[in-house]
Amino acid sequence: MNRVVITGVGAVTPVGNSVQSMWESLLAGRHGIGPITKFDCTDYKAKLAAEVKDFNPLEYMEKSESRRMDLYSQYGMAAACQAVKDSGIEGKVDSERFGVYFGSGIGGIQTFLNESEKMLKSGPRRVSPFFIPMMISNMAAGLIAIRFQAKGPCIDVTTACATGSTALGEAFRAVRHGYADVILAGGSEAAITTIGVAGFTNMTALSLSTDPDSASLPFDKRRSGFVMGEGAGALVVEEYEHARLRGAKIYAEVIGYGSTCDAHHMTAPDPEAKSSAKAIADALGECGDEKIYINAHGTGTPLNDVAETAAIKLALGDKISQTVVSSTKSMTGHMLGAAGAVEAIISALALDTGMVPPTVGLLEPDPDCDLDYVPCRARRVDAKIALSVSLGFGGHNACIGLRRMENE
Amino acid sequence: MVFEKLKAIIADHMDCAEEDITRETTFASLGIDSLDTVEMVMELEEELGMEIELEEKVETVGALADYIESKRG
Repeated sequence: MNRVVITGVGAVTPVGNSVQSMWESLLAGRHGIGPITKFDCTDYKAKLAAEVKDFNPLEYMEKSESRRMDLYSQYGMAAACQAVKDSGIEGKVDSERFGVYFGSGIGGIQTFLNESEKMLKSGPRRVSPFFIPMMISNMAAGLIAIRFQAKGPCIDVTTACATGSTALGEAFRAVRHGYADVILAGGSEAAITTIGVAGFTNMTALSLSTDPDSASLPFDKRRSGFVMGEGAGALVVEEYEHARLRGAKIYAEVIGYGSTCDAHHMTAPDPEAKSSAKAIADALGECGDEKIYINAHGTGTPLNDVAETAAIKLALGDKISQTVVSSTKSMTGHMLGAAGAVEAIISALALDTGMVPPTVGLLEPDPDCDLDYVPCRARRVDAKIALSVSLGFGGHNACIGLRRMENE
Repeated sequence: MVFEKLKAIIADHMDCAEEDITRETTFASLGIDSLDTVEMVMELEEELGMEIELEEKVETVGALADYIESKRG
């Protein structure tokens, strides 16, 4: 079996439209949450979101291309362009051995809304010929493959809030087993729309706080739901020898992937947490007494954070004493289908730099959430292993295991 | 008249200059595919207040303008 490494990263997030600006924000503890600006939310109970700011698609595509891409695909293309550039992979991989595993939790929901309105107002003749290709959730993957002439396996993953992690994990497996040399993996989301906010609100999943500084509060006693985020994350996943021979910068080695299902409830996590614990344990595999960093799913919903804490304890056993955990959703909000990809990047950077970003706003600990969550301030941690946990509606549990790349 | 409207719509969609579009310009040379064509014809329907059924494949901007002109009667 092949060894698999990460050789390029790209991100568009509520705390920065590049990996570097995102990382600076995260280490400084700066969140990206504010009043919703994308539409008039007067009649909505939820008032806050973690929106991407000052995104200019024309940095990554022609205007004529941007017209035929939903925002979720624009974010995805932007992150993919950054990751490919960062990796230096262009021209260094066989087209047929280059794949794309890229997903979205929801797809082009704004496009769906726009065209539904046209349909209801003016009839079926007015529905755009681009409605279907812009709306379907595989189109970011398809467009990225076209841009980089990646003719290997190209699939779309949709596992709700676990999408980014599932895409990355499946890409890891494909490279590990030799189906491709390089895969561009990740996820994107652009669902901060009228109907998206209304839907999540009525599930009672969202924080209704009006104070941006105390809205996304993972693991805090006061937490009341997540704050919707958006954006995209992309990683270049490469076979180790392929990367080594071309002298690529390696961020981290991917050492494991766990994929399980709660098979319990549409949206509520299984409080026993056995399946989510198994996903985490599978991603960790065997490990000695090295320091471990876990980037938690940590949404800030009352149910998630307790169940996830139980899962982490169950999976780690006595290794919990060598483990620190943080939820960067305290700063990025919940980027849904993009979350797992962005958080895998954050986990890799934590290994690469020796710095763990904090769980900001965590001031009132919950007795049922009793791990070391790196509250409020970034911390220097000499972690050798990182785990990025994602838990999606539908009971999807996906966890990625990374190991720091030592000089060999 | 239809040609002028068509030219304006194409320039807007494809982010190019109206001066670069002549009657002889082909859709292929502008990177316009069948989906773009349907969308532009829909915009023309709005502007002209008529329904346009594209029954034959047209290659150039001029040919499409003539076709629509002929359907206006």
